[in-house]
Amino acid sequence: MPSFDDRNMIPRGLERCSPRGFALRIAPWLLLFAFGAYSIYLCLRYGLNQTNMDNRFAFGLWIFLDLTVIALGAGAFFTGFLLYLMKWKALKSVINSAVIIGFVCYSGAMVALAVDVGQPARAWFTFWHPNVHSMLTEVTFCITCYLTVLAVEYIPILLKHRKLKQIPSFLVFEFELHRIIPVLAAVGTLLSFFHQGSLGGLYGVLRGRPFAYREGFAIWPSTFFLFILSAIAAGPSFILLTTKLAEKLSNKPLVRGGVYEMLGKTSGVLLTVYVALKSVDTLIWLNRTSPAAGFTPWEFYTFKPFGTWILFTEIVLLGMIPALLLLSARLRAKPVVLTCAAILACCGVALNRFVLTIQTLALPTLPFDEFLSYFPSWQEFGVFAAVLAYGVLVYAFSFRYLPLFPDEKQLTAPVEVEELEYVSRN
Amino acid sequence: MAVTKKNRRYGMIVDVDLCTGCGACMVACAAENNVAPAPEKATDRTGITPMRVYPVHNGAPADKRQTAFLPLLCMHCSEPPCESVCPQQAVELDEATGIVTQMPQRCLGCRYCMTACPYHARYFNWWDPQWPVGMEATLNPTVAPRMRGVVEKCNLCASRLHAAEDQATADGQPPPATYVSACVEACPTGAMVLGDLDDPTTEAQKLAHAEGTFQLLAKLGTGPKVHYHSSRPWVRSLAERSAKEQANA
Ligand code: SF4
Repeated sequence: MPSFDDRNMIPRGLERCSPRGFALRIAPWLLLFAFGAYSIYLCLRYGLNQTNMDNRFAFGLWIFLDLTVIALGAGAFFTGFLLYLMKWKALKSVINSAVIIGFVCYSGAMVALAVDVGQPARAWFTFWHPNVHSMLTEVTFCITCYLTVLAVEYIPILLKHRKLKQIPSFLVFEFELHRIIPVLAAVGTLLSFFHQGSLGGLYGVLRGRPFAYREGFAIWPSTFFLFILSAIAAGPSFILLTTKLAEKLSNKPLVRGGVYEMLGKTSGVLLTVYVALKSVDTLIWLNRTSPAAGFTPWEFYTFKPFGTWILFTEIVLLGMIPALLLLSARLRAKPVVLTCAAILACCGVALNRFVLTIQTLALPTLPFDEFLSYFPSWQEFGVFAAVLAYGVLVYAFSFRYLPLFPDEKQLTAPVEVEELEYVSRN
Repeated sequence: MAVTKKNRRYGMIVDVDLCTGCGACMVACAAENNVAPAPEKATDRTGITPMRVYPVHNGAPADKRQTAFLPLLCMHCSEPPCESVCPQQAVELDEATGIVTQMPQRCLGCRYCMTACPYHARYFNWWDPQWPVGMEATLNPTVAPRMRGVVEKCNLCASRLHAAEDQATADGQPPPATYVSACVEACPTGAMVLGDLDDPTTEAQKLAHAEGTFQLLAKLGTGPKVHYHSSRPWVRSLAERSAKEQANA
């Protein structure tokens, strides 16, 4: 039986597992993806009655997933910003990986959003009859533009593929693209600021939902700014975690040690600022915003299971603690502490998005209303699984066939590579 | 004679003391607006009831317990939180009538407006509307049915308003200060009154300023144009209470 051999597709000088090993590893993800694709089909074919959402709980698991995934994907634009605009050269070793993570997160979120709306074929109406007062319009415009930017940023990485590199015109194209990458990074940063913010604004502007409503600055509620901050705080942590996971799974070092600490420190500093501002924001809401709307804020926390523990967990356990761990150079130097703190930071952002979306909808506003609950249907989990599996697959294929980590070659075989380069130079 | 067209501000006053909770308004609303019969799998949270009667009670033990009914429809807020959030202008506050209109043909079904409305007055078409064979003959030709995947809500029987306006124009009269919506027509106790809240000749305007009239969640700044009236203090205090206080009452 002829066996499949993809050795000449794998970047020169890099070690990858056998095609069979690769196939075995991705098989479960393919299955999960197939299951997810079936769920997506059901939702598109039969409508949103396939979900457990209803008129009272009109948003559910998907919106939480979108908000979280987009926050974690912020590592892409922020790493680009630090590398190309702030000239933090060391981050070059993770930028390709960051771009792919960003692309996967954003395109995945877009798919989930497309399934989440009742009439996906009408999505373009937003561009035709945009309501400039709606945060969702801002989100739609910015995410669409930024996904395009990410796709363009992905192209040079794709063109580094061994086979594509052999085509001269592609080489020229890649060279040209490289020249505009800093511009793209700047545009991407601007777009990301706005859509991360407007995702926060999405709930912050809801005057009718006193649990989520926040005062703010000009047209933007405070959640607009808090979302940007929390996303850029968690983004680097997520890049750190995914890179570490790739190292673990491929069983080889991919980036130099200092990079992790740099990412960790960035997360730590930003998380500290975020936690401080989030605390101030919470105090303002407790003492002014909520009472002004006629609601005693602490009453919101008397509906089980969402007690004050959730506030404590969000701000202290998953905010202040990882911030302090990442700020201390001594603690950050310990890989276990670094990884744990990064996990806590990412969970903190996820919990924040959960509170804003799910908890807000569960709490009653009408006096004769009651606490509402909802549990996603298997089709909703299926769509979630599809997005997850899609992300893993895109990343796995990119890792196998593209030179994602520029340092990998030197880290895995320093001597030979240097020799080879010497030979080729002379 | 030139017909003067001033802006109107249609609203409704519901006398809670007269409402018996019979649900005739809910049925009339569904029939008038071509709401399809709920599919088998529908629940009270996935069905479409643009008019919905909520039972409330004073929280006292059984022998002293009092019950009241609050028919809840779109409040046609003066500052509608649902309007500003719609990404594609499918929701609009009509300045001429004060009615918050919904354009299902432009709706993409994102349901952002549903999360924005504190009154839960918006409904999503989770299923394709289907009428049992023969029942399509009962459809109201003046109201377009809505498709699966879009949001809908009460529009204060806009088609009836248009008919009343046309009639007024034909008679050389200014736009009507009042007209009869399906729910108002169906209510056996006459608990609901509809009219221009700015027109001192309407009963609605008088009742809106009468003692014992209250609005729901007025503190949120939504400016609801549906008012409730009751002579019972505990019913009135509902408007000021939170859900938690009500549960503990
Ligand atoms: S009651 Fe709800 S749907 Fe009606 S105008 Fe107010 S916010 Fe909009």
